[in-house]
Amino acid sequence: MEQYLNLAIKAIFVENLALAFFLGMCSFLACSKRVNTALGLGAAVIFVQTVTVPINNLIYNRLLSDGAMAWISPGLADYDLSFLGFLCYIGTIAAMVQIVEMTLDRYAPALYAALGVFLPLIAVNCAILGGSLLMVERTYTFGESVVFGFGSGIGWALAIIALASIRERLQYSNIPLGLRGLGMTFVLSGLMAIGFMAFGGIQL
Amino acid sequence: MTAASSKTLLDPLFESNPIALQVLGICSALAVTTKLETALVMCLAVISVLALSNVSISLLRNFIPGNVRIIVQLTIIASLVIMTDQVLKAYIYEISKQLSVFVGLIITNCIIMGRAEAYAMQNGPLDSLLDGLGNGLGYSAILMATAFLRELLAQGTVFGAVVLPKVHDGGWYNPNGLLGISAGAFFIIGLFIWALRSWKTDQVEPEG
Repeated sequence: MEQYLNLAIKAIFVENLALAFFLGMCSFLACSKRVNTALGLGAAVIFVQTVTVPINNLIYNRLLSDGAMAWISPGLADYDLSFLGFLCYIGTIAAMVQIVEMTLDRYAPALYAALGVFLPLIAVNCAILGGSLLMVERTYTFGESVVFGFGSGIGWALAIIALASIRERLQYSNIPLGLRGLGMTFVLSGLMAIGFMAFGGIQL
Repeated sequence: MTAASSKTLLDPLFESNPIALQVLGICSALAVTTKLETALVMCLAVISVLALSNVSISLLRNFIPGNVRIIVQLTIIASLVIMTDQVLKAYIYEISKQLSVFVGLIITNCIIMGRAEAYAMQNGPLDSLLDGLGNGLGYSAILMATAFLRELLAQGTVFGAVVLPKVHDGGWYNPNGLLGISAGAFFIIGLFIWALRSWKTDQVEPEG
């Protein structure tokens, strides 16, 4: 149990996907003008990340990695399909996003309307694919991948909501012309990255 | 080369830089720039994937049904990235290990999807090739400049060769550790954007 809690803390704060690994930067910078949109996007990322990382974990461990297909029949034990990884992960992600979208549309129309255009965009958010690739690289077990997916989603959402709140405040400040908008957002994210470094080395 | 095609090739360098103006492909720009060597490999990988994907999507553009185009584009891009990854693993294994997940992340690098959607779906293969190369170069320009500054100021080296001898090794240069960590990359790109927009003032964002 303790190991899972530790992994979650690490995924949320210490190795924050947005501020330590620079993943999902495009939407992180482009969709952080208002807190409301940031909240919607953050919620969508948590959701999709929690679903796709464990599924990709199963795909990798049961179908793709070296000898993984031995459970189907012994004759398949020699196959190593890991080079197909990228194609399978992105396929899973695109399909999951589509399924989540249809389910929400049917059963939770209010949430669906709130998330709007962000759901389909998540298919090409590198935080999602990055989460799956990191999971494969670090050879997490199924249980760990559930915790990692959820934790890293929370971490990303936390970072974008914090950035959006700061940017809303910035509207009243007098920023040099050329730095206004994107430039200032970069500098802000840099300062936030320094802030998040304070969590470095925390272990339970 | 005609004026129009050289414009397609050169515009993305400064006029509509993918990173500084279109906000595309930033994740990898920040993550692989601690060293020039990794940045160079990453640039070459992105340029080749971008040019090839633009050409193949442009060739297929009349056969791709509109409602499944995203998944078709993703499949094409993912196959190209798998090829690139295999080549990198075969010939420069050490660097491909350092790039770790970021080669795979070229799939979701928004420059590639963005240019496929915005340009290759409407234009012929030759123009799309130029557009791909141009945007790749614009991306590389920022990446290499950032990597140059970060490697020089944080480690005192250029491509691994010592330029500023560090105090630590008996020289005179006191390395700036800030630029080596993730926050440094944000600051440098932010300052680049500031410089670019002070020069090309029409890129300044309107208030609001």
